[in-house]
Amino acid sequence: MNYKLILDIAFHLLRARLKQTIVAAVGVTFSIAMFISLVSFMSGLNELLDGLMLNRTPHIRMYNEVKPSDHQPLSLSYEYKGNAAFIHSIKPKDRGKSIYNSMSIIRALKQDKRVVDVAPKVTASVLFNSGTIEISGFVNGIDVVAENTLFKTSDYIKEGKLSDLNQNNSIIIGKGLSDKMLLSKGDIIKVSTSNGNLASLKIVGISETGIADIDNMSSYTSLTTAQKLLGQPKNYITDIQVNLYNKELAEAMAKEFHTVFNLDTIDYLAANVQFETGSTVRSIISYAVGIVLLIVAGFGIYNILNMMIYEKMDSIAILKATGFSGNDVKWIFISLSIIIGVAGGIFGLIFGYIFSSIIDIIPFTTTSVPSVTTYPIDYNIAYYGIGIVFALFTTIISGLFPAMKASRVDSVEIIRGK
Amino acid sequence: MKETALETKGLIKYFYNPKKFQVIKDIDLKINYGEFVSIVGKSGCGKSTLLYLLSTMDTDYEGELLIHNELITGQSDANLAKIRNEKIGFVFQFHYLLPEYNVLNNVMLPGLKLGKYSKEELEHRAMGHLKTLEIAQHALKMPNQLSGGEKQRVAIARALINDPLIIMGDEPTGNLDRKSGDIVFDIFKRLTVDFNQTILIVTHDPDFADKTDRIITMEDGRIIS
Ligand SMILES: Nc1ncnc2c1ncn2[C@@H]1O[C@H](COP(=O)(O)OP(=O)(O)OP(=O)(O)O)[C@@H](O)[C@H]1O
Ligand SMILES: [Mg+2]
Repeated sequence: MNYKLILDIAFHLLRARLKQTIVAAVGVTFSIAMFISLVSFMSGLNELLDGLMLNRTPHIRMYNEVKPSDHQPLSLSYEYKGNAAFIHSIKPKDRGKSIYNSMSIIRALKQDKRVVDVAPKVTASVLFNSGTIEISGFVNGIDVVAENTLFKTSDYIKEGKLSDLNQNNSIIIGKGLSDKMLLSKGDIIKVSTSNGNLASLKIVGISETGIADIDNMSSYTSLTTAQKLLGQPKNYITDIQVNLYNKELAEAMAKEFHTVFNLDTIDYLAANVQFETGSTVRSIISYAVGIVLLIVAGFGIYNILNMMIYEKMDSIAILKATGFSGNDVKWIFISLSIIIGVAGGIFGLIFGYIFSSIIDIIPFTTTSVPSVTTYPIDYNIAYYGIGIVFALFTTIISGLFPAMKASRVDSVEIIRGK
Repeated sequence: MKETALETKGLIKYFYNPKKFQVIKDIDLKINYGEFVSIVGKSGCGKSTLLYLLSTMDTDYEGELLIHNELITGQSDANLAKIRNEKIGFVFQFHYLLPEYNVLNNVMLPGLKLGKYSKEELEHRAMGHLKTLEIAQHALKMPNQLSGGEKQRVAIARALINDPLIIMGDEPTGNLDRKSGDIVFDIFKRLTVDFNQTILIVTHDPDFADKTDRIITMEDGRIIS
């Protein structure tokens, strides 16, 4: 088969129907451009939200859960060994939230090659007192340097500095708390703990995460301040937070740490199952919309090729009479749709990139992720690949049926029909 | 003995729509090289139908068709297209030219399909034919810029481009005035004389037929003389 000649004929047929051809190609361009900008935007959004989650959640958190003992006294009895025991009304045992031997665990973790950093933490639920009102909330005693490495906490400090926490008896409170209690930087806040300790702390900063629940209830102090507040010794730690170089390992390593250190562990995915679901749903939606757009464009191409065949019946008959086989005619029309698909698709890629870039410069600020200033776009070459493959696939499929029809045109019938 | 260019053996064709009806009835026909043959007969006797069978475009028939002593009956669509391209030049009553191509390219197209000659050579040959047919000055016009007679001559040039074994025409002069018709006839005549071209023309024009080497008269699907 002479492909050059067939392409040449296809081009001539297209030229004769330039307007419709352009309309068909623009359909493809539009759907590919939309598909690419949509998927890039959605994926950028997914990354943003993943970041939102990862900024707050350590890859692995280690803590003591309040739960009933696995070994009840009965299981120690030799007498009933091997018997099935039914025990009712078990109450959880409070082993204390403190992690035993926390210092050596932290030291061991810091030596692990897979670990970026370890941040110990003391959490305590407290009452904040201001005048006659009491507001319940939390104090997070943090290791300032490690916490900042893991979570970039300083990004969320609106007033003051995170490092100011190293001063004795200082606290950074959430924006919600400060608004409610009319406290600002430099003021003193009274904090009482559940075991009755009362302390006055100096506010050295205000934090704002953009999440009301956190801003209304949380505050930060240094580890030492928190330990003092609770009347606990220097080795009192309630949480050990670990970030890994490869976060995909989190699930396996959480299990590993659970057995090695005999602590409850949870990885970031288990702690945020709903985020994964959200990401998946958003991806599905953008792909579905993209595919629908392409199918519509496909129908456009189908229509135009069909119309062209009716218009070009005579030409098809002549081609066949002068020695072009049905197969040649079929390839002429498939080439037509490939030309429309390639041209439309390439422009689609270009416009997809342009649209993405436009979205990328639209200002968008969120207190939850201070590093973001414009709408997020994920420039991923894979989307462009998928786009052009989709474009070719739909155009070829939609060109195939008209092409088969053209190949079956009975030239005798056409010539007689004149 | 003269060689046979085209031969049919017991050719039969039915139309089934609206009811079964035999158009071509057991036709045995032999056309030799260099013959200028015309087919005449009353309207509706089956001349066009026969010509379409001979041109290999219509494959729905019984009996055998041989071109150049090669059995054509039963060959694949692709092979038939190749045979049409290489061995048959067809001229229709209505000058079928591709409106997307200019005159020169229309003439060259079957040659490009055959691929025997390079593009330059084909262009040269096409121009040669256009000169013989006295329409070389229109070579770069589009078909819709030509008169009917001129278009018909372009179609003849196209039929000639691959040096076909046989040229077939279905009333090629039927749509032309006397003068243009005569020009077309003269062209055919010259081709048979100068190039020993085999030609088979269906015509209603008795004057045209009388000037050909041999007249085949059809009646009701049969050849009667
Ligand atoms: N597609 C078809 N279906 C059914 N009958 C047909 C068909 N085509 C032609 N016929 C019939 O076959 C017969 C022969 O038709 P054909 O066109 O071969 O005649 P013709 O000899 O060329 O006539 P004319 O000189 O008018 O062109 C006619 O009676 C016609 O009605
Ligand atoms: Mg006829």
